[in-house]
Amino acid sequence: MKKETLIWTIVMLLGAVVLVLNATLRQHGPAGSAYVEAVPQRFVDVSDPGEIEPYWISYDSEEALDYEICAQPFADIPAEKREDWIRYDQATLGKYLEEEAINPARNPYQFSLSRTIGIWIAAFFTLFIFSFLYKDNPFYKIAESCVVGVTAAYWMVVGFWDVIVPNLLGKLFPEWVKLWAIPGLEEPPNYWYAVPLVLGILLLMRLSPKGAWISRWPLAFVIGTTAGMRLTGFLHADFLSQIRNTVIPVIVFDPTNGSFDWWASLSNIIIVVGVLSALVYFFFSIEHKGVVGKTAKLGIWFLMVTFGAAFGYTVMGRIALFAIRLEFLFDDWLWLIDPIQRRVPIEEVALLWSSLSAGFI
Amino acid sequence: MKRTIPLFLTAIGGFVLIIAYYIPHTQGWGEVAAIWFDILAAIAFLLGGGNLMKIHLKKISDHKAGWAYSVITIIAFLATLTAGLGKVFSPPSMQYPDMAWSGSYREIGSAFWWLFEYAFKPLTATMFSMLAFYVASAAFRAFRAKNFEAILLLGTAFIILLGRTAAANWVTGWLPESWAGLKLENVTVTIMQVFNTAGNRAIMIGIALGVAATSLKVLLGVDRSYLGGGKG
Amino acid sequence: MFEFFQKLDRRWIFLAMFLAVAIPIIIQLDFEETPTDLAHRVFDAIENLPDGSRVLLSFDFDPASEGELKPMATSFVYHCAAKNHKMYIMALWPVGPQMADDTIENVIKEDFPHMQYGHNYVNLGYKSGYEGVIKVIVTNFTELYSTDTRGTPWNAIPMCTGVESVQDMDLVINISAGYAGTKEWVQYAVTAYPDQIRMVAGCTGVQAPLLYPYIPHQLEGLLGAIKGAAEYEALVVEKYKLEDDPKYHEGIRRMGPQLVAHLLMIFLIILGNVIFFIEKKRGGRR
Repeated sequence: MKKETLIWTIVMLLGAVVLVLNATLRQHGPAGSAYVEAVPQRFVDVSDPGEIEPYWISYDSEEALDYEICAQPFADIPAEKREDWIRYDQATLGKYLEEEAINPARNPYQFSLSRTIGIWIAAFFTLFIFSFLYKDNPFYKIAESCVVGVTAAYWMVVGFWDVIVPNLLGKLFPEWVKLWAIPGLEEPPNYWYAVPLVLGILLLMRLSPKGAWISRWPLAFVIGTTAGMRLTGFLHADFLSQIRNTVIPVIVFDPTNGSFDWWASLSNIIIVVGVLSALVYFFFSIEHKGVVGKTAKLGIWFLMVTFGAAFGYTVMGRIALFAIRLEFLFDDWLWLIDPIQRRVPIEEVALLWSSLSAGFI
Repeated sequence: MKRTIPLFLTAIGGFVLIIAYYIPHTQGWGEVAAIWFDILAAIAFLLGGGNLMKIHLKKISDHKAGWAYSVITIIAFLATLTAGLGKVFSPPSMQYPDMAWSGSYREIGSAFWWLFEYAFKPLTATMFSMLAFYVASAAFRAFRAKNFEAILLLGTAFIILLGRTAAANWVTGWLPESWAGLKLENVTVTIMQVFNTAGNRAIMIGIALGVAATSLKVLLGVDRSYLGGGKG
Repeated sequence: MFEFFQKLDRRWIFLAMFLAVAIPIIIQLDFEETPTDLAHRVFDAIENLPDGSRVLLSFDFDPASEGELKPMATSFVYHCAAKNHKMYIMALWPVGPQMADDTIENVIKEDFPHMQYGHNYVNLGYKSGYEGVIKVIVTNFTELYSTDTRGTPWNAIPMCTGVESVQDMDLVINISAGYAGTKEWVQYAVTAYPDQIRMVAGCTGVQAPLLYPYIPHQLEGLLGAIKGAAEYEALVVEKYKLEDDPKYHEGIRRMGPQLVAHLLMIFLIILGNVIFFIEKKRGGRR
């Protein structure tokens, strides 16, 4: 066995032992467990027999008191007039324990196996991706393959349910969409939407080797509209408005007492000089020599400060993204911390440490 | 025809939006063009998914290196797609409890929600969080105070990194109030609101002119590279 | 020693970064926040609106930026709910509605259970098209958002009656992770309708410096990166006495690891330069 493989095997084994201990020595079930609250959802159709459209209300709402049908026990309501299921809301171990102490027989909070498995899968996915930092490996590649597959499908699903159904099919065939997807839809058909439907079908022709050329038609429309939007958007907001924002007084007086405000004046002068000098640097039609060269040099200095600020902020952002992943591992999965007090961490960790020090291992 | 029609569609789409911007009476035309654009953007998602399938199925059938990972990609893709399009374990909406597909596809507790929460979220978030490590490595290897410009860049970065944390108070907290402008947290604000604003404004103006010129070239048919075949 | 650092394996740097973030998280290191001017402007823009105003919240981010933007989203929604503003939630990013669902669950349903869907808040969901969506809804909401994300028709949502377009909103709050986001909102909404549309935003660190030129005429206030989130959180916590609710301290809490990691970054840059100059002095390859 290679030395490196041996070291990694030992590290992995140690990790597994720590995980098992962390899971088993907990007072209240394994770390990384998820809890849910079971909320019964009960609905009754209170429409009169003559009405075509049903009218559903919640059996547990105040509105239900107004209807005779809701006066009887839910189970006695005719099956075609009632619907029920259970909704599982996110809950915490803390709430589960609280309720368990008061009323264990009717505790609405319960352990959720599917969500617990989910947390463990999420934790392993996180570790698989981090493993790339050591070196490329099959675990990382598995996670990477999943990212690609899940993301592409996610976008497709969202595009279908949030846009294609309501904004394309719902506009062209509202009666049909009403039957299976959006029961509340009340719109007359708008046949102008046949145009994007046809353009969309042409776009999908890109998938066929022979029809790829025709997919350029919708693509041309997309590029044209993008160009049209950006031409006005950029010229107005990023060109004209920025010139307007730079036309500022270089001598500023304090509006409260009328005295000369040297700091505001200096800031405004720096902004004007900075914008102009950086623009001179970007102007390559004149050779950067003499006064132009010196101004361009000043422009470079402004740009360097700008890039330094951008670098500082980028670092700040990247670290925050990493911190939340570690918080997930330490909080949701390992239960080492409990920043939003969802459990009873102090006792938990104390128990773990005392068990360890008492020589359990 | 293969070129004329796309050029015509480009010009129509673009100029309708430009005209709608300047002539309020034609605002409705602009809305129509933008809505068609929005719908095509959603159809592009379908195209993306279809393309992914095509590429990976080909990789599998050709037994190219790493084809097993393509199998995983396709399984993940189909599982998410089925869960989402089929609204698996999604309860119906509360107004229409008798209609199985009336609920939201991403309802808490549904299969699609589960895949989002425990696969999509950790995977994508961790991917991006790795940048923290690479930016640290790059900082160690690449940032060299070789000249005055580089010193300016590094100096600004140091001030921002310190000034936007509690370290600012440790470094310059001792300064008296009359020197408050020199406290790191205030220097950071000045850098951002004055120097950074000036620099970025110049960049913004330059980019705006570039975008406007490119857009015009596309709309007038001068730039046809998007139609393929070079200059056209 | 010098040789070790000269040929330093980058995995040591990775380990250092891991520890710099992990240790402060475990020991729960945090500091008091002093809000700066921009955070005050964001806070005031929401606070000074009359109670019950219409606020459009655009959740233009995904889990990849959650570390920076979720604390902002939580505080924005809490602040709007505490002021009893009507919240119209939408998204230009496909994952946005799911991020909004999370915030609604954690903030509105837990701490404002009396708030009713359709009366106090509505999730309008996602529409594709990036700036194309903004371009439509600044003049016409219903053509694109004919229903909310639950499939309820626009006209059947009580809080949507009388709302024609974004111009009917009293404030737009944008939480942005990139394209499409704050820049596009400024370009196609605020700049085009400066007298009708006001906006504040919270954005990632990468975007923040690029948005400063819009302040204050095109963008009233801006929260940049996790520091911006922490500052705004501090203002909300102070005003609404949330000192004992750790849910609203996420940004503040994250400033602990942030500090140590920043110090590490500075140390690494200095170390890299020291090695560079020693090498130069010795006439090394570089």
